[in-house]
Amino acid sequence: MIRLEEVYKIYNMGENEVRAIDGVSLEIRENEMAAIIGQSGSGKSTCMNIIGCLDVPTSGKYYLNDQDVSHMKDDELAEVRNKTLGFIFQQYNLIHKLNVLENVELPLVYKGVHEKERIEAAREALRKVGIEDKMNNLPSQLSGGQQQRVSIARALAGNPSIILADEPTGALDTKTGKEVLEFLQKLNGEGNTIILITHDMGVAEKAKRIIRISDGKIVEDSGHSVPKTEHERSGIPGKGNVKRAVPKAAGMGDAV
Amino acid sequence: MNFKQSFRLAIKSLKTSKMRSFLTMLGIIIGVASVIILVSLMNGLSQDMTSSFESMGTNTLTVNVMGRGTNRTLSVEEVETLVEENPEYLDQYSPRVTASVTAKYDVNSVSTTVIGVNEFYDDMQSVAVTEGRFIQYIDTLRRLKVCVIGAYEAQELFEGADPIGETVKLNGSSYKVVGLLEETADSEEGSDDDVIYVPYTAATRLADNARISSYYLTAVDTDEIETSKTVIENMMYSVFEDENAYRVTSMSEMIEAVNEMTSSMALVLVGIAGISLVVGGIGIMNIMLVSVTERTREIGIRKSLGAKRKDIMRQFIIEAATTSSAGGIIGIIFGIGAAYAAGVIMDMTVVPSWNAVAIAFSVSVGIGIVFGYFPANKAAKMNPIDALRYD
Repeated sequence: MIRLEEVYKIYNMGENEVRAIDGVSLEIRENEMAAIIGQSGSGKSTCMNIIGCLDVPTSGKYYLNDQDVSHMKDDELAEVRNKTLGFIFQQYNLIHKLNVLENVELPLVYKGVHEKERIEAAREALRKVGIEDKMNNLPSQLSGGQQQRVSIARALAGNPSIILADEPTGALDTKTGKEVLEFLQKLNGEGNTIILITHDMGVAEKAKRIIRISDGKIVEDSGHSVPKTEHERSGIPGKGNVKRAVPKAAGMGDAV
Repeated sequence: MNFKQSFRLAIKSLKTSKMRSFLTMLGIIIGVASVIILVSLMNGLSQDMTSSFESMGTNTLTVNVMGRGTNRTLSVEEVETLVEENPEYLDQYSPRVTASVTAKYDVNSVSTTVIGVNEFYDDMQSVAVTEGRFIQYIDTLRRLKVCVIGAYEAQELFEGADPIGETVKLNGSSYKVVGLLEETADSEEGSDDDVIYVPYTAATRLADNARISSYYLTAVDTDEIETSKTVIENMMYSVFEDENAYRVTSMSEMIEAVNEMTSSMALVLVGIAGISLVVGGIGIMNIMLVSVTERTREIGIRKSLGAKRKDIMRQFIIEAATTSSAGGIIGIIFGIGAAYAAGVIMDMTVVPSWNAVAIAFSVSVGIGIVFGYFPANKAAKMNPIDALRYD
């Protein structure tokens, strides 16, 4: 589903070279719930930008659903984002002038879905997160938790194959944060692939798989020992078995 | 695709910040309104002038003799012969001798214009007599001192009393009033009602000039007026042998000349008003640039959700065009209203041109698109990551 191969993201700040991502190889499979954890400046945000097709790597390959997206142009990336990715942001990132329904409709608008279907799909998504009754309200009339639900609904509306959640609980109190995470787990249980980006171990623990990033490198991966890239990739069948086994174990750990 | 939504959004943001929208649109409003006002007034003016020329008859040809150092004049007999010899082109003729006189009756007096004509003139120029009669052949033949007075003179000199049969003094000599003209312009001073007709033979004395230097002729067919004109010109040339000694003009030429003059005047004025449209466009561009910066985050969100460059572009251009066309509509309404108000105040005819309205509206939409392009392009090119991080 997601496959990063030797991905580098290097910024040239005058004389200095900043390696925001320094050779990351990573594979995330369908129906996984993975958390990417790291301190600020660790490169996790850059990593998310690349996975989220908001940015392209300086070098290396990124396959999303077996499609190489690492050299795509702006508009091609926009289309990929629109069709395969759903974003949940820390600041909800709802458009204040639009009401809840219109916000949720947005990805479908850009997909070119007809108005009737669009409204139906948006309402369905809002029903899923349990705030269909607020659909004519403006985001500013909702609480933080409700706004985050709207943004989840928006992420779900386009029926994307991957949901990317960037610090989804960062702006919420503990209780609502927990609800949001439980909801994400539920979505994962229903078959959605979810990637959480966080600095908070408490949040990351809700995921079946934890990938720790530091200084642009993966230093720990509970679903997989630190990948060794190309050489290892040759033995695909064996690796697949290992991977499938681990999430289950992690899932049980969560339950305890 | 999302045209409807962009449009709705644009209307929404116009409504939410009314003051700002109004100020943004002000340049367009002023520009469109002044174009509409100017075009309406100029149209009215040219319509007035055209109709006053047309009332003199579009088949009329005027001959003016300037002389140019020769003593040769054009006699009435020569003109008469010309008309008689060319019945397929020329219909009637009348000499036209004008003089400024003071007309007196009892204690009342007015300064006015006397026009010396023959018996055909009323027919040629559609001059109608309500009472009495017009100048007749016998009057000109015998140099009778009779006159036909306009409604203004009847009102000023006779104050409502019946003027027929009375005697007025024109520059001291007595003239018998034989006819009263129909009122055509509210009996105003200087209008078509302010006139006295006398036999041309008598008018040459009033004018202190025995020469008749101006003739009116009518063409048989308005469509062949150019041929009729050539016939006159040929005769004139054979008499004077100098093209500069006379001038033959047709009324339709004069109407054309007037129309040309008013429309080129209108063009200059509209051009000046058009400058304010451009200024208005720059105002819109300015506000759109501010708006793009203010909404950087929104642009980032939209892009992250899959908006392509053209989607963002379209959104901002539609917004700019909506703002400017709203300004255009307000300007059109205001302009038409102001044109009528100005028409009443300045006593002018106002003819709003629907062409001008349509053009003003499309120009204002066009200005929105043109001046919205640059800000929209700026928005479309934003990098989604930076835009999302923008506070």
